[in-house]
Amino acid sequence: MSSASLATASSDTPNYYDDLIKKFVIAAVFWGLAGFLAGDYIAWQLAFPVLNLDLEWTTFGRVRPLHTSAVIFAFGGNVLIGTSFYVVQRTCRASLFGGNGFGSFIFWGYQVFIVLAATGYLLGITQGKEYAEPEWYVDLWLTVVWVAYLIAFGGTIIKRAEPHIYVANWFYLAMILTIAMLHLGNNVMVPTVLFGGDFVKSYIIWAGVQDAMTQWWYGHNAVGFFLTSGFLGMMYYFVPKQAERPVYSYRLSVVHFWALTFLYIWAGPHHLHYTALPDWVQTLGMTFSVMLWMPSWGGMINGVMTLSGAWHKLRTDPVLRFMVASVGFYGMSTFEGPLMSVKAVNSLSHYTDWTVGHVHSGALGWNALISFGVIYFLVPRLWNRERLYSLRLVSTHFWISTIGIVLYIASMWVSGIMQGLMWRTYDSLGFLQYSFIETVEAMHPYYIIRATGGLLFVIGALIMIYNLWMTAKGEIRDEAPIGLDAQSARAAE
Amino acid sequence: MDLANIMELVRSLWVVWLALLFGGIVFWAFRPKNKKRFEDDAMIIFKKNGENGGNAHG
Ligand code: HEM
Ligand code: HEM
Repeated sequence: MSSASLATASSDTPNYYDDLIKKFVIAAVFWGLAGFLAGDYIAWQLAFPVLNLDLEWTTFGRVRPLHTSAVIFAFGGNVLIGTSFYVVQRTCRASLFGGNGFGSFIFWGYQVFIVLAATGYLLGITQGKEYAEPEWYVDLWLTVVWVAYLIAFGGTIIKRAEPHIYVANWFYLAMILTIAMLHLGNNVMVPTVLFGGDFVKSYIIWAGVQDAMTQWWYGHNAVGFFLTSGFLGMMYYFVPKQAERPVYSYRLSVVHFWALTFLYIWAGPHHLHYTALPDWVQTLGMTFSVMLWMPSWGGMINGVMTLSGAWHKLRTDPVLRFMVASVGFYGMSTFEGPLMSVKAVNSLSHYTDWTVGHVHSGALGWNALISFGVIYFLVPRLWNRERLYSLRLVSTHFWISTIGIVLYIASMWVSGIMQGLMWRTYDSLGFLQYSFIETVEAMHPYYIIRATGGLLFVIGALIMIYNLWMTAKGEIRDEAPIGLDAQSARAAE
Repeated sequence: MDLANIMELVRSLWVVWLALLFGGIVFWAFRPKNKKRFEDDAMIIFKKNGENGGNAHG
């Protein structure tokens, strides 16, 4: 770049569309609470089936996809789109391509998608493909909104004033492009209305094991690119920002990005071990999953080591604690994942609560905790407040939700492994030792522990909402700063 | 061996090509010559609006 063009780039200060990002933050918090409540409700249903209420709309089978879509696509999606707009504008030093009107279309278009999908589930309208439940007309609408999102994000990168594209944007862009590809690939549906059938029903064009493989190519990469790449984009911007130091190794982040991108796409078959899928495909999926352990931990180390030399900040800054704990949970779930991909281990873990525990160590520990940290980072800045209403409440939220997560995943480990072992126990004559209902009864106490953990998580979210509300109002709580012992706090008064 | 056969052979080695490409990326990232530019790139997030630290590469 010539010095002349640098000079013009710096003279006109770009106008960042932060009101738009506020909307995404509010939506994320709203859908987050709804999704956590739905999750805890189905958790109590599993412990006490009477809570199905004998109504078709409130049965486990309908509320479960409501939960998964609300937390992943509504909560996670709004966090991802909102933060990506925040980050891309600042790291490119350019205002959002398409401006406020286009951005608002993306915002409202995405909320319409969520409402159409969610009400559909409760009414029993579903494709029956996990994480891709919305029917064909909702899929088409999402395609329009997602392409608009790609244009806004990509357009901002193209008109950037900063020569280098900061690595967080690579992760976001990989998320946007891959999700577009997965969504189109996994939703080649034929609406039955074309043949005189129902409007709200469709069937996928391929069948059997081809459908299964496409579905888990989609499902696994939704985890890999939505719940991992996108959130890593957040990590690479917000952890260094909050720690006020650059990422531990930018070069490692470059390798991290490409290694994940090359490997993730092949790992889907680990969801289909011991099925009709050809054996070699299963082994391929297993191999790539085990290899994924390395870049995952490279990324985790990069995030955590950003604090090297500044560990003391963790004592006084609960927002940073949220972010760092989330990266720790990311490390935990990406260690557990490769382990579960090994066929011998999967023969025990598959179909059991161990999988559900793995899911939530990633979803609660990694996705939700980093989102909370980032929301605490954003609200004072977006609402132009000096600081958060209360750091002590942030700390309370941190501990209460962490205890909730530990209760959740520990109980699911025990119940999952027990369930798997009970299913495969034979007596001396070669008969199964336990009937299925005995395994269900054995899990009952662990379901209560899990649901209690979920309740703590919901309470934590309510504390956050109160804190954010007061922050937005501009209040500051009168409290002793965190990290000072009682004596020095008194001395400070 | 005609061109179609060669093409088939080359395509069947996709894992090798991807591994080579990846090796190239690792080399690029860790090449001592590029150390400084990546250190500067890491600082992008701390620039104020309109600032232009010392990163006029690229
Ligand atoms: C209050 C917090 C939460 C509670 C109590 C909760 C509870 C549950 C329950 C009971 C299930 C059904 C398990 C089964 O079928 O046996 C479930 C499934 C699931 N939840 Fe949550 N959840 C919570 C938060 C989250 C969050 C924040 C995410 C994602 C970001 C998430 C993602 C999922 C996914 C992906 C599944 C499907 C798992 C599978 O099919 O293996 N959950 N959750
Ligand atoms: C290196 C990284 C990872 C690997 C290799 C991996 C591997 C696995 C394996 C083997 C399963 C069980 C499949 C089965 O038996 O049905 C699984 C399930 C799952 N994992 Fe992971 N995992 C990884 C990271 C993560 C992360 C970070 C998250 C979330 C943020 C996550 C979310 C899920 C979900 C949602 C499922 C349940 C899918 C379903 O059956 O509905 N995984 N993963």
